[in-house]
Amino acid sequence: MSIALAGAEHQGSAKRRRRLGAEIAPGIAYWFAAPSIVLLIVTLLLPIIVVFALSFTDYELGALGISFLGLDNYTALASDPTFWRGFRNTLYYVALVVPGSVLSGLLLAVLVNDLIRGRRFYQIAFFLPVTSTLIAMATVWKYLLHGRIGPVNHLLAALGLPQFEFFGDPELIMPALAVIGIWQLAGFNMVLFTAGLTAIPADLYEAAAVDGIDRPWERFFTVTLPMLGPTTMFVIITSSITAFKVFDTVAVLTRGGPQGASDVLLYTTYLEGFQYLRMGSAAAMTIVFLAIILVLSLLQSRLLDRKVHY
Amino acid sequence: MTATVSIASIEKNFGGSRTLKGVSLEIEAGEFLTLIGPSGCGKSTLLRIIAGLIPQDGGSIAIDGQVVDDAPPKARDVAMVFQSYALYPHMTVFDNIATPLKVRRLPTLARLPVLGRWMPGLKAARAGVAEDVGKVAAQVEITSLLDRRPAQLSGGQRQRVALARAMVRQPRVFLMDEPLSNLDARLRVHMRGELAELHRRLGATFIYVTHDQVEAMTMSTRVALMMDGEIVQVAPPAELYANPSDIRVARFIGSPEINLFTAHAGPDGRIALGDEATPLRCDARGPVTLGLRPEALRIADRTTALTLKARLHRIENLGPDALLHLRHDQGGDQRATLRLPLAEIEALRRSGRLDAPLTIGADADAALLFGTDGKRLELRATGAARNDDLILQRAS
Repeated sequence: MSIALAGAEHQGSAKRRRRLGAEIAPGIAYWFAAPSIVLLIVTLLLPIIVVFALSFTDYELGALGISFLGLDNYTALASDPTFWRGFRNTLYYVALVVPGSVLSGLLLAVLVNDLIRGRRFYQIAFFLPVTSTLIAMATVWKYLLHGRIGPVNHLLAALGLPQFEFFGDPELIMPALAVIGIWQLAGFNMVLFTAGLTAIPADLYEAAAVDGIDRPWERFFTVTLPMLGPTTMFVIITSSITAFKVFDTVAVLTRGGPQGASDVLLYTTYLEGFQYLRMGSAAAMTIVFLAIILVLSLLQSRLLDRKVHY
Repeated sequence: MTATVSIASIEKNFGGSRTLKGVSLEIEAGEFLTLIGPSGCGKSTLLRIIAGLIPQDGGSIAIDGQVVDDAPPKARDVAMVFQSYALYPHMTVFDNIATPLKVRRLPTLARLPVLGRWMPGLKAARAGVAEDVGKVAAQVEITSLLDRRPAQLSGGQRQRVALARAMVRQPRVFLMDEPLSNLDARLRVHMRGELAELHRRLGATFIYVTHDQVEAMTMSTRVALMMDGEIVQVAPPAELYANPSDIRVARFIGSPEINLFTAHAGPDGRIALGDEATPLRCDARGPVTLGLRPEALRIADRTTALTLKARLHRIENLGPDALLHLRHDQGGDQRATLRLPLAEIEALRRSGRLDAPLTIGADADAALLFGTDGKRLELRATGAARNDDLILQRAS
């Protein structure tokens, strides 16, 4: 095929090629590819290019004038304490949610997968948080974790433990949000891990049993976990990206409070762009955000790729 | 380092279907026993029950006289080679082979991932493992591959690693589940020889599952043929071929398949093949099936006891000899296959006899007789076996 194409180029565009009996005009491949190329550019690449361009300007939503600022937006970001606070909070959130949701997803998948009865029920039940709208569920969480009327605090009190003001304490606000994040992601990760588990050949477990590996935990570390390597890598990457994009719980429950303790990158960007209407600066934040996710994903796949594919 | 295996009326049901219907078999120490049968006959299930990988629903397994029904695979001292080899893909060849030894010789904590490596005081044990792995790797000639991962190996090399992993702890019984079926034809022939040699050298009991009759015939001490969850016949390979106890055995063993003709036993037990009387007698009356192996059949001449008219359909050249595919009117699927040396076929062709209807036949003692229930019937050739009036030279 490639030889035929190369030949066509050599012989000039006027020469027609035959393929499976049909006469094919040279260059027709580009026409077939054109619709998807156009869609790709218009819907994916162009917005990013526009945002990238805006990040070098002082564009404000609705403003008539626009001027080129160069890297000013970026240098301003570098010295902006709000941005750095949002950055730190986001990292903290990711550091809590990724291990939490990956490990709980793995645990759920392994436990549910071995069930003889009720497997479907548990799979659907744990997947429900993924399908529910987080904004609606956030209200429920707000009630659950409420300082005075929340059942969680009632439970703590009944057990004789100290009560917590989850949404009022700057120390507790990120962990509280992380719990909601884990609650929402775990079911999704469970489904991914379940898919990975079903792909493990039964032979390997049998071989392990004949080799004398009969303790469940040892079987898990000898067969299950190594065989889940590629799945785990994928789950970690998607979970980190999802965690980095935390926005709705913050917007609905805390609005960055108390005292900016739950300011996260996307929320800061949102405020900058849609509350203060400083699009140029928001665009710069978006580019930084994109860069972080890109670097993170590349790093993870480079580091992990070598360890998970055998 | 060898043991008997006693299988006593093993039953296994999967859902509503009975996979094993009370299978019993005594395997002697050091024997190479092959379980053969079509797919779905329960042979792999039986092997897994012997290994302790799945529990039986009835019956008992004893290894070396000891009942092991409740023992886990680890305690049964058996090793298994899988069709897919089932090597751990994340481990090197060395670690794959070392795993069964580590499980037995190192304490649990030392086998923990990552942490176990720093457990002190195990230098001697680890060195012992490495030495044994090295020895067994040399035996199957994979010493140079010990640092590789299974994905970097060819099918034949993986097969050797799987064998080494089974051999390394010197089990009393080797269980093999179609270990050669994933290899290409050439390598399969080679490994057949190596496995037979390995069995001879180790002296351990081998239980070998296959659907390939050539593997069964070439390597085994005895072959157990399974059909529909039951063992139909257990016998040495030659016996199984020459003396099948059941029509299913006769049809399964032998390639091309045995020729079956509808025959009739008269009131005196004398068997007629179509309109032709034969010198054969049996104790049964009524319809019977007459089986003749392709190499027992030949073009009829004055000495042929059993004769049959047939037409040539096509000739299949196999190199040293050829198969004559014929059509006849003697019931069954009306096909017959005849194996002849190539030179003989050339002679027939030159004489023009292949173009005319043929009379084929066989000696009376080559015939295998089966009753309507498929069971083998005793044959008694009468004095008329060489009776000239039974023989037709050629159909006119």
